[in-house]
Amino acid sequence: MADATAREVLTAPFTKNNPIALQILGICSALAVTTSMSVSLVMTLAVIFVCALSNLFVSLIRNHIPSSIRIIVQMTIIASLVIVVDQILKAYAYEMSKQLSVFVGLIITNCIIMGRAEGFAMTNTPGMSFLDGIGNGLGYGLVLMVVGFFRELLGAGSVFGFTVLPTVQEGGWYVPNGLLLLPPSAFFIIGLMIWVIRSIHPEQVEDNEFKMKENTKPQEAV
Amino acid sequence: MAQGNNSIKKILIVAFSLCIVCSVIVSTAAVALRPMQQLNEELDRKTNILNVANLYEPGIDVEQAFSEITARVVDLRTGEYNDDFDPDTFDHFQASRDPASSRTLSGDRDIAGLSRQENYATVYLVGDPEDPEQIILPIRGQGLWGLMRGYMSIEGDGNTIVGITYYEHSETPGLGAEVNNPRWQAQWEGKKIYSDEESLIPTIRVARGSGSGEHQVDGLSGATLTSNGVTNMVQFWLSPEGFGEYLAGFRSGVSQEEAQEADVELEAEGA
Repeated sequence: MADATAREVLTAPFTKNNPIALQILGICSALAVTTSMSVSLVMTLAVIFVCALSNLFVSLIRNHIPSSIRIIVQMTIIASLVIVVDQILKAYAYEMSKQLSVFVGLIITNCIIMGRAEGFAMTNTPGMSFLDGIGNGLGYGLVLMVVGFFRELLGAGSVFGFTVLPTVQEGGWYVPNGLLLLPPSAFFIIGLMIWVIRSIHPEQVEDNEFKMKENTKPQEAV
Repeated sequence: MAQGNNSIKKILIVAFSLCIVCSVIVSTAAVALRPMQQLNEELDRKTNILNVANLYEPGIDVEQAFSEITARVVDLRTGEYNDDFDPDTFDHFQASRDPASSRTLSGDRDIAGLSRQENYATVYLVGDPEDPEQIILPIRGQGLWGLMRGYMSIEGDGNTIVGITYYEHSETPGLGAEVNNPRWQAQWEGKKIYSDEESLIPTIRVARGSGSGEHQVDGLSGATLTSNGVTNMVQFWLSPEGFGEYLAGFRSGVSQEEAQEADVELEAEGA
């Protein structure tokens, strides 16, 4: 990765090396904040901001971080950035911060950010690390927006809060699917996305870790 | 990484300076943005109050609209105004935690699941404070997942509901969280709290399924426990445990002074 071009670093996380679809990281927040697209968008921006800057700062001091405390150093940088984002949201996007509630704080525990800081920023130059942070934030956001689109459209009949399918509650014809407003539905959508991405990039398909045995016939007991 | 990085001295220097830098950044952000955040919280609270009184439309000047509303502190035990507290700064959540200004609730009396209730609460009066068009009461109680906080607005007759709204709750999106659906909230308008002129016990409730009559509101489908929570908190706060005594002063049409005189007479008779 050390001699990868800036363009590759920035765009690889979209589908080739997507943090959610290939690395299966950051699923928890992807389930929680994708009930509507505007919330997903704000979460995406917050993660891009934190991921890019934490990568930048970790990379800047990477030659001075003692390896024995490197994880806690990265955590401190990430946590400080997340608190700053949380404070900014409360001051300038109060409604949105109320909806995101605890999930802004939980960006600290988002494995994508920690993973990029440890896996990329510790061994790469600040400029590259910054781009890598933006790229991974965008890759995460891409999945979030797609999931958010389907959940909001099918679950509430709207996109970005604008009504597309008038729901029965509002006097229209569309009976919204309540399941899509609950977190498990994001599992289905992410699963389908992974299927699509791996059909396009078959090299992402993992080898079977074990082989399923054929059905055995039940034997008589005793 | 250089070997020198792992000396104890270097570890301490890095850890210490990182902590200093990060704490400066975090505290700067917190202090610099604090006034803005408080303004937002205040604006949010006022917007909710205007909302429940049907005075809010997107884009209006909240501060200006709010100038028509008077805040007063009510003593819940007697139902009378108390001028010892400044209604702008009185925090009844704080008061409910202070043993000196609150009481414990237990068992059957604690239907809203509060465990402690304050003795004083801030009410908001729309129009003339002596003869208000609307009375806005703060209500709160347990829903399915946690405490729900909101406001209820009642007409000047102390019996007809104008609206209800929740500004803080953690109910299930799409099910319990429909308490903030404008279509559900619209049903409350015009409902009556008490069925009997004399009674202080409210009859208004959220029905199972669809409600009928002027004392029932449709239940939230798929959210029975949230609906029950709403019923409990509304019945609690409108009963003599909550604002019952205070609202009684509006219902019989007697002014506060007359009600006070009646109280004094009653006490004299009792003695």
